Amino acid sequence: MNVLTLSRIQFTLTIAFHYIYPPLSIGLGVMLVLMEALWLATDKPIYHQMARFWTKVFALTFAIGVATGIVMEFEFGTNWATYSRYVGDVFGSALAAEGIFAFFLETGFLAVLLFGWDRVGRKVHFLSTCMVCLGAHFSAVWIIAANSWMQTPAGFHILGEGLTARAEITDFWAMVFSASFTDRLFHTLCGAWQAGAFLVVSVSAWYLLKNRHREFARASLRLGLAVALAASLLQLVSGHSSARGVAKNQPVKLAAFEGLYNTSSNAPLSLFGWVDEKNEKVIGPRVPGLLSYLAYDSTGAPVAGLRQAAPAPQDRPPVNLTFQFFHLMVAIGFAMIVISALGFLFFWRGSLFEKRWLLWLLVLSVLGPQIANQAGWFAAELGRQPWIVQGLLRTSEGLSAVVKANTVLTSILLFSVLYVLLFAVFAYLLNDKIQHGPDDADLLPSGKLALPERNKP
Amino acid sequence: MSFGSLDLNTTWFILIGVLFTGYAMLDGFDLGVGALHLFTREDEERRTLLNAIGPVWDGNEVWLVTGGGALFAAFPNVYATVFSGFYLAFVLLLVALIFRAVAIEFRSKKPMRWWRQMWDAGFAAGSLLSSFLIGVAMGNIAWGVPIDARGEFAGTFWTLLKPYPIMLGITTVALFMMHGAIYLLLKTDGPLHVKLRGWINNTIIFFIICYAVTTMATLLYVPHMATRVRTNPWLFSIVLLNMLAIANIPREIHRGRDWRAFLSSCTAMIALMGLFGLEMYPNLVLSDPVANSLNIHNAASSPKTLGIMLTIALIGMPIVLAYTVSIYWIFRGKVKLDKMSY
Repeated sequence: MNVLTLSRIQFTLTIAFHYIYPPLSIGLGVMLVLMEALWLATDKPIYHQMARFWTKVFALTFAIGVATGIVMEFEFGTNWATYSRYVGDVFGSALAAEGIFAFFLETGFLAVLLFGWDRVGRKVHFLSTCMVCLGAHFSAVWIIAANSWMQTPAGFHILGEGLTARAEITDFWAMVFSASFTDRLFHTLCGAWQAGAFLVVSVSAWYLLKNRHREFARASLRLGLAVALAASLLQLVSGHSSARGVAKNQPVKLAAFEGLYNTSSNAPLSLFGWVDEKNEKVIGPRVPGLLSYLAYDSTGAPVAGLRQAAPAPQDRPPVNLTFQFFHLMVAIGFAMIVISALGFLFFWRGSLFEKRWLLWLLVLSVLGPQIANQAGWFAAELGRQPWIVQGLLRTSEGLSAVVKANTVLTSILLFSVLYVLLFAVFAYLLNDKIQHGPDDADLLPSGKLALPERNKP
Repeated sequence: MSFGSLDLNTTWFILIGVLFTGYAMLDGFDLGVGALHLFTREDEERRTLLNAIGPVWDGNEVWLVTGGGALFAAFPNVYATVFSGFYLAFVLLLVALIFRAVAIEFRSKKPMRWWRQMWDAGFAAGSLLSSFLIGVAMGNIAWGVPIDARGEFAGTFWTLLKPYPIMLGITTVALFMMHGAIYLLLKTDGPLHVKLRGWINNTIIFFIICYAVTTMATLLYVPHMATRVRTNPWLFSIVLLNMLAIANIPREIHRGRDWRAFLSSCTAMIALMGLFGLEMYPNLVLSDPVANSLNIHNAASSPKTLGIMLTIALIGMPIVLAYTVSIYWIFRGKVKLDKMSY
């Protein structure tokens, strides 16, 4: 295999593995804020117990997220040096801002969140939890800004030509708020909230099935289902808005999402199917006009096809792969709405705990957002190919000039072994924490937390 | 924001230096604690060592991440050339840092002996290798690496393993071990504290030997790393400050003023990094041939970006410093193990 293929494999491997964890940190961050807020508001010890238990799970996901995140930051330089020279002026500043505004905030207050329980009062602890959650969201803001610039570049100009060409910022805010930024940020955050909420739902449902920690599970499930349902519904809104943005800003990507080869009005939407790339057609059930309607509010509106938007085949993304990942994401997105709505409905009616099939479904639901988050990113990044920066720089041109195939192969092997090991340990410890369950001692806050806020000197 | 006639390229040279110095002073003691970890065999003591850095190591590592990001943004050509050129070295550094991180996190989660031994070894090896590789990288950019006319690295992995960079790697390990041992004095009490007092002389002696050898090697074989001080004798005051700070460490330890010893160790690091920066300036990576060196002009981003980044730094860094200090304050005092501990 050549350096390009190997470097792409390595990036895929490291980013996909990394991306298991940040959404969990963001989502669980929100859950922790809510749990502590409920504890402060109601003074019920069950919420304190919940916050303590989920903090431990949060710590686990956070640690691996940080450890695998550094790889990403270094990898732009090690494997994509030409890309780094080309975009450093633009992309680098977003990355540096992420360090200063997000990572310091997150890791700094994480210390208090994890180890400060008995050292600080309730309000300071709550503040720290909020700051960790905010830091995790800031991190998403800057990294999505950087990635969105690669999708819809704005606020820059190109200096030099050929090998020495590079992008320079002309307008910082235009660069940050590029055309796709707000939609994609909202879409990514919804996915992250779902990841966190469904983890809480899943573990709680499992406790109920096993008849353990009933009160704890009931309270966690109620909160988890509420957030899961809200995030899943919001995800529908953000997904729709995001896809309209793709139609407008990246017509080739939208055409690949739907396997649309000819520009057509009354463009159909595939429910599922297979793209026959050789004969340039899609096999599978389709709803006529729906794509035109969703993208432009009118069944008569023309939607660009691949033959017109990207006449040369080398300017097209891998159509079938992009199509499959996109449809997988959408299908799971709808499934998550159904599952969380069913859970919420029966919880509200009080009959959820007898419906074992639904509880089992809720246990499995944790996989939904994980798969959809991965599939969504695969669709977004594959759909941009063959470009690394849309319309400006091809992925094949972004490689490091001096790195050899064998070297990349070595690092792929190293990272693979390491990540398999890490994942095994993560799964083992997560299972261990779940089996152990919440501590009954946590029903009684200790240290400074034990003092009610108003009685403090 | 407009910064008038301010030399932004030089400002960013200094700021990157500040970020990496911050990293050395803070994560330096974490890595040093890791390097010392296996010297004690008691589980309770190892836990105390881990918890001494427990709440803060994560935040300390962010100095490296932010330093890397700032290098990417301010001097993309340096970032691209060094990271792609030193490919395997950086991959090893990543593996070492990952091992260090997850070992801290996972070690005390299970009671089995083999489990703890495994992560203890990972923690120590990850810390040692990280410190060593950081030193080797610095040694190489000072010694000079082959860079071609396009600004690309023209050597191999083995090019990096010259004696001088290796010596600098060992010196970095020694410096961090000493720094970590002093930090541990601040955070421990009881028998472990007494034990650490016994170790500390060894770490100081180890560092001073390494420091002397490296300094001699620099004067003999890397004379360009002493030119600026030679031609501007008043800069010798920094060398003097460095030596006094180092000499002050055993003195303060002997008198039981551990805090002052820690501050002296920090001062020595600042002076060392200051001298390194002064001798490198305006270059960021020295090349052989010298004409291809990457400097603050041919490797930099546009003035506009440097200005934007300075605005970001001016807003962000004071806030970062404020809460970093508060968090160290919250976790001041000796380590006490409790159920949330590692």
